[in-house]
Amino acid sequence: MFKEIMVPVDLRHVANLTKTLTVAADLAQKYGARITYVGVTGSEPSAVAHNPEEYSEKLAQFAASEAAKNGLSARGHTIVAHDPAVDLNHKLADAVKELHADLVIMATHLPNVADFIWASHGGHLAAHSKASVFLVRG
Amino acid sequence: MAEADESQGIPAPEGDTQLIDTEYEIGQDNFEGSLGPIGFDVHNPVFMVSALAVMAFVFYALALPTQASEIFGALRPWLTSTFDWFFLSSADFFVLFCLFLIVSPWGKVRLGGKDATADYSYIGWFAMLFAAGMGIGLMFFGVLEPVYHMAISSPLGTPSPFDADGNLIPANVDRAKAMGLAATIYHWGLHPWAIYAVVALALGLFSYNKGLPLTIRSAFYPIFGERIWGWTGHVIDILAVFATLFGLATSLGFGAQQANAGLNHVFGIPIDITVQVILITIITGIALFSVLRGLDGGVKLLSEINMGLAALLLLFVLFVGPTLLIMADFGQGLLTYAKEIIPLSNPFGRTDDSYRDGWTAFYWAWWISWSPFVGMFIARVSRGRTVREFITCVLIIPSLVCVLWMAVFGGVAIDQVLSDPATSAVKAQVIDSYNPPLSLFAMLEGLPLSSITSVIAIVLVIVFFVTSSDSGSLVIDTITAGGKVDAPVPQRVFWATFEGAVAIVLLVGGGLSALQAMVISTGLPFTLVLLVMCWAIIKGLRAEPR
Repeated sequence: MFKEIMVPVDLRHVANLTKTLTVAADLAQKYGARITYVGVTGSEPSAVAHNPEEYSEKLAQFAASEAAKNGLSARGHTIVAHDPAVDLNHKLADAVKELHADLVIMATHLPNVADFIWASHGGHLAAHSKASVFLVRG
Repeated sequence: MAEADESQGIPAPEGDTQLIDTEYEIGQDNFEGSLGPIGFDVHNPVFMVSALAVMAFVFYALALPTQASEIFGALRPWLTSTFDWFFLSSADFFVLFCLFLIVSPWGKVRLGGKDATADYSYIGWFAMLFAAGMGIGLMFFGVLEPVYHMAISSPLGTPSPFDADGNLIPANVDRAKAMGLAATIYHWGLHPWAIYAVVALALGLFSYNKGLPLTIRSAFYPIFGERIWGWTGHVIDILAVFATLFGLATSLGFGAQQANAGLNHVFGIPIDITVQVILITIITGIALFSVLRGLDGGVKLLSEINMGLAALLLLFVLFVGPTLLIMADFGQGLLTYAKEIIPLSNPFGRTDDSYRDGWTAFYWAWWISWSPFVGMFIARVSRGRTVREFITCVLIIPSLVCVLWMAVFGGVAIDQVLSDPATSAVKAQVIDSYNPPLSLFAMLEGLPLSSITSVIAIVLVIVFFVTSSDSGSLVIDTITAGGKVDAPVPQRVFWATFEGAVAIVLLVGGGLSALQAMVISTGLPFTLVLLVMCWAIIKGLRAEPR
């Protein structure tokens, strides 16, 4: 059914992602799919890492630990954006194409008034990519 | 999973840069939450204190307008005449410092580590350097300054080509013309760009190579150590936000007046507050759109459009005006600049106070008060360049472009003034009466197709303001978010709107000049900040692997 699952992650808030990560792992096991954890970072130092290389290493570590824990095949994919707060949506849409992902599983917030102006990342992705999108409420 | 989470913020030296080992984690002092549906992530207390202090000052300027304009109005001339030697010698030092870095072995150090690649192409990069730092000044002063220095301010005691009755003295013409251009180039060439380069390099180095947050305080790590995360650092950042916000808001107010003057000149639209408020609203609206589209989709795109338009106008004036004469002026101006740069930069034993204090010291204070903003923006877009490449590009190329711009616009204007003083509109607006916002339009009037070029000029004035406003909002947002570049987008919207609102309030209530004078006064403490930054740069570069 699915071969390549893409899971966008925010390494700063991994603790909030438990439900999403579990769903992703379960589906990957069921369909024998590979998971790619995708992280978006700027080139400036952030709370997670001092530079994109370090970010990339941390994401790879994260992917490896998830893979070992759930016995599945997983990797990390780092996207460096000039302006992460704004570029996130279309960078994720590009990643779907680049990775040939057929399913995206991501955490999302409860919709609120602000979504009329700034649509949720998941909503944007569902509207702008061919992959199936599974939004998990945190 | 928990393992990756716990290791956040702990430096992992990689060999190709020398990370600073600090316990501080970016965003640890931040206050995250949501106001109704809108999320925010701001530094506590920098965000609150900056916003409240700005409001307090606006309130003060409105409540006691006479007192505010008396205090700040007197403060600026006092600073520029008392500390002229300090501004001049510091600026000279920054130029020498930058030139030294180009030839020093540290020139090989790359911002972002040995293997980093440049984030932006040269064109996008240059366009952004200009649009943030200088664009609007080129529009405002391109005609005014060369003509004024040639005829009125007598740099280095150069005699005016006009006598007291306004008659031409042919013997003085050549020297005054060359000096008018050289004295202008001096204010727009190596010195201002060296000031910006120092700030940008300090921030880039401490952020990309040392792993500290992209905020002004980071450059002070070699001096204050861990204390920069406390109030010492808060004060530095708050001062930077303060200078940037007021600098932008007051320029926005004055820019609206210039655009209004242009619209009046071309279309006969009345000069009044309502038109200016509408202009500020439009400029802020476009800036909002631009910050929402982000660095690539908004700021960079507008900067490139602007650069293209400015180049068109420049080429038009160059080829429609007396081309050969302009090229000769360009050469002559550059030559005179090279010859006179040392006497012009000399802070001591001079008698040309109206030029040295009234213009040079004023400019240096102004560039320096803008340097946290422009420097930080330059840093943001300069990752992946080596120190040598960075300084050469930030110092030499923008200087040359400014020289060309001033030679073309100033050269044509000077030619108009000298060839037909009786009917020259530039002479009427600059020498006979002092009307800076109209000087550019007066020059364009003397060329063919002036109705089209004047409209292009108005559009350029407006777009240059947009590109200052949007990049300024990004910078303020990053500083007030503790160096985070991925803070929620509504925060940028807040700063861009706030800036427009402050400009409108000051325009309607009065107080624009008082607060502008105050911003320029921040140039004095920031000169010290910049001197310290030079030391921090050396200290930082020495530790870098080359």
